[in-house]
Amino acid sequence: MPEMTYIQAISDGLRLEMRRDQRVILLGEDVGVYGGAFKVSLGFQEEFGPWRVIDTPLSETAIVGGATGAALMGMRPVAEMQFADFISCAWDQLVTVAAKQFFRVGTPIPIVVRLPSGGGFSGGPFHSQNPESSFAHIPGLKIVCPATPHDAKGLLASAIEDPNPVLFFEHKHLYRRIKGDVPEDRYTVPFGSANVHRPGDDATVITWGAMVHTANDAAAELAKEGFEVEVLDLRTLIPWDKERVLEGVRRCSKVLVLHEDTRTGGFGAEIAATIAEEAFEHLDAPVMRLAAPDTPVPFSPPLEKAFIPQVDDVVSALRELAEY
Amino acid sequence: MSTGTQTEVVMPQMGVSVSEGTITKWLKQVGDSIQRDEPLLEISTDKVDTEVPSSADGVVSQILVQEGETVEVGTVLAIIAPAGAEVAPPEPTPAAPEPAPAPAAAPAQPEPVAAVTPPPAPEPVQAEATPAPTAAPVTPAAAENGRTFVSPVVARIAAEHGVDPSAVPGTGTGGRVTKKDILTFIESGAAAAPPPVPTSAPPVEVAPPPAPEPVAAAEPAPTPPPPAAPEPEPAPVAAAPAAAPATPPSPAPAAPAPAAEPVAAQAELAPGEELEPMSAMRRGVMAHMRRSVDTAAHVTSAIEVDMARVVALRTKLKPELAAQKVNLTYLAFIARATVDTLLDYPWVNGELRGQSIVTRPYVNLGIAVALDEGKGLIVPVIRNAQDLNLTGTARAIQDIAERARTKKLLPDDVQGGTFTITNPGSFGTFHGTPIINQPQSAILGTYALVKRPWVIQDDLGSDVIAIRPVMNLTLTYDHRLVDGAYAGMCLRDIRDRLESWDEAGY
Repeated sequence: MPEMTYIQAISDGLRLEMRRDQRVILLGEDVGVYGGAFKVSLGFQEEFGPWRVIDTPLSETAIVGGATGAALMGMRPVAEMQFADFISCAWDQLVTVAAKQFFRVGTPIPIVVRLPSGGGFSGGPFHSQNPESSFAHIPGLKIVCPATPHDAKGLLASAIEDPNPVLFFEHKHLYRRIKGDVPEDRYTVPFGSANVHRPGDDATVITWGAMVHTANDAAAELAKEGFEVEVLDLRTLIPWDKERVLEGVRRCSKVLVLHEDTRTGGFGAEIAATIAEEAFEHLDAPVMRLAAPDTPVPFSPPLEKAFIPQVDDVVSALRELAEY
Repeated sequence: MSTGTQTEVVMPQMGVSVSEGTITKWLKQVGDSIQRDEPLLEISTDKVDTEVPSSADGVVSQILVQEGETVEVGTVLAIIAPAGAEVAPPEPTPAAPEPAPAPAAAPAQPEPVAAVTPPPAPEPVQAEATPAPTAAPVTPAAAENGRTFVSPVVARIAAEHGVDPSAVPGTGTGGRVTKKDILTFIESGAAAAPPPVPTSAPPVEVAPPPAPEPVAAAEPAPTPPPPAAPEPEPAPVAAAPAAAPATPPSPAPAAPAPAAEPVAAQAELAPGEELEPMSAMRRGVMAHMRRSVDTAAHVTSAIEVDMARVVALRTKLKPELAAQKVNLTYLAFIARATVDTLLDYPWVNGELRGQSIVTRPYVNLGIAVALDEGKGLIVPVIRNAQDLNLTGTARAIQDIAERARTKKLLPDDVQGGTFTITNPGSFGTFHGTPIINQPQSAILGTYALVKRPWVIQDDLGSDVIAIRPVMNLTLTYDHRLVDGAYAGMCLRDIRDRLESWDEAGY
């Protein structure tokens, strides 16, 4: 099984889908000749031609709107935002049109919007956000947040296969930092199925994306103290694996919900509320949330470090739970 | 526990079943400055005597419970104000043990005045100011004291198992009972015990529930006096059937619940007699001894041990171990030999629990330690004594005995014993019949080492009389579980280990 970086796995998955299914097309700024802002589609135009790998004008509205129209006509478009932050420009197409089309008219919109998201490299306030919770709130959209190369490739295949609009949040800070074994052939990772990234019984950390790795490092730290922390990677937020989360809560009774997105209204709030509603009698400590503070993402490296939850922050939160 | 600037010091939870404690001595007085973790007072519970440290830096601003008073766990004992804060004069502290009515009466005084002049006059406010500091912090204390908070999962588990969470020793924040605490507590079987009794009382001895006959065996109630009354007297003789457990005590005839004011016990003193209040420890010992005798079928067997090899070895090793600050006693040898033997006799190291027999692959060895010149007794426990060699055993005995005498034992130090050794022989007694430390099944007594004429065989196999150091050991066992032959074999093996002590083996 070859080892791939996270970004190679995405690239590989996308290529396999395009080879397998003629309906899969790519749209985005500079995805063609240039190969995409992060070079995910480097060489794709040569292989698949300019009609399947389309360089678009600098308009996110046009990209998502075009993808939605193409989907209506039977294609399986994959749209790329250069940065997830820019999706605000496509809000109307995505939220008002794509998300509601099937509900209103009965025609599915099988599009995937790839969203390079997250911080950790001084991208500043316009290039570092994790806007997943805004879209998790919109009925009709699916939200995917892979944390490993294996899941990135498998979830991308599932996303392209899915008949609904899917937002595919790729964490930029994982792109070349995280490597892992990835099967050469096509495979899918199902939506709504959390992955136990690290087993443990003393507390469970529920997280996704880059924070899976932060949580994992923190759990390893706590393990030295004899406190075994489960790291549960949700992998997809819509749908999210509620049953697996509640199982972990019932078993561990202490819960940390961790995300890189800002705190207020973050998807962690939804998880925490669900736990309180459905597993209250299994709690041995208040459900704890650890998230970025409610500010834009700072550019300054020390400030950004203070903003994004670090391993030390997770360690101290877990210690607090351990001692509670 | 801190209310803004002040910090309350509360009666700590000192063990599984301990619900109250007696203040034996204040080490600081109002106005004294104190540092966090510095001893503030000494308390005595029926498990341990210990010091209570201050939970903050500052000045002792109020002492709310006087020496000699017994109060419930969680009761506020003192207030620590930050250094430099104004310290309330000692007067407002209720001197009498019945403070409750006093503050109530105080505001009543200005009341009539207020009735005449409807708008609240400033004067009554001042009059009310005195009781306020006493009363105010108490309420938040109850709420913020971690011990009183029961998490949802603990509440659910407690309800499912019929456990009172306040009986569970908490390791969480502020002594909160965590899920692990209550699960451990339930697994340890302690939950089976009726609340007021310290350790898991062996329940159900096929006792016909309300049979009138066993009433004859009257027993002192296990002493939960009403919290408010620091009654110095031992709890009265309540006619409760000794061996009627599990079933609710309600059918017990005659025993009227509020028998708190003992009539008989208060009979007038004869000339020359003196009345002495009973310590919490005394009450604990009293209840425990009575319960044990009422529970177990005590039988004692004795054996004589030729300690010549042990004496020789001790003489040889003693200086060596003294250099390591370990005092090598005969007790260490006996403990070592006993622990090894117990692993071969799991029932002697076992326990009757309901209709089942509990055995374990380890020995938690209790060592009876006399305190206060023979007027107190405590049994700290050496956990996993089977893992200790002779030196380790000697060191462990020395450690717990020292901590018992200096009142540094922790609650867990006196829990979980599986077998006990008591050593009255240091005063020269050569025989005894100790009472079993419930819920254990046996107790070993060790007695004076005496030089005696002893028949041994010489090299030619002829009998000769020699002078040998001989010690009597007794094993008192619960005949419900341990039979005479089993106990005899166990004693024999302990003797054989001591008589054939192999230096290299230990």
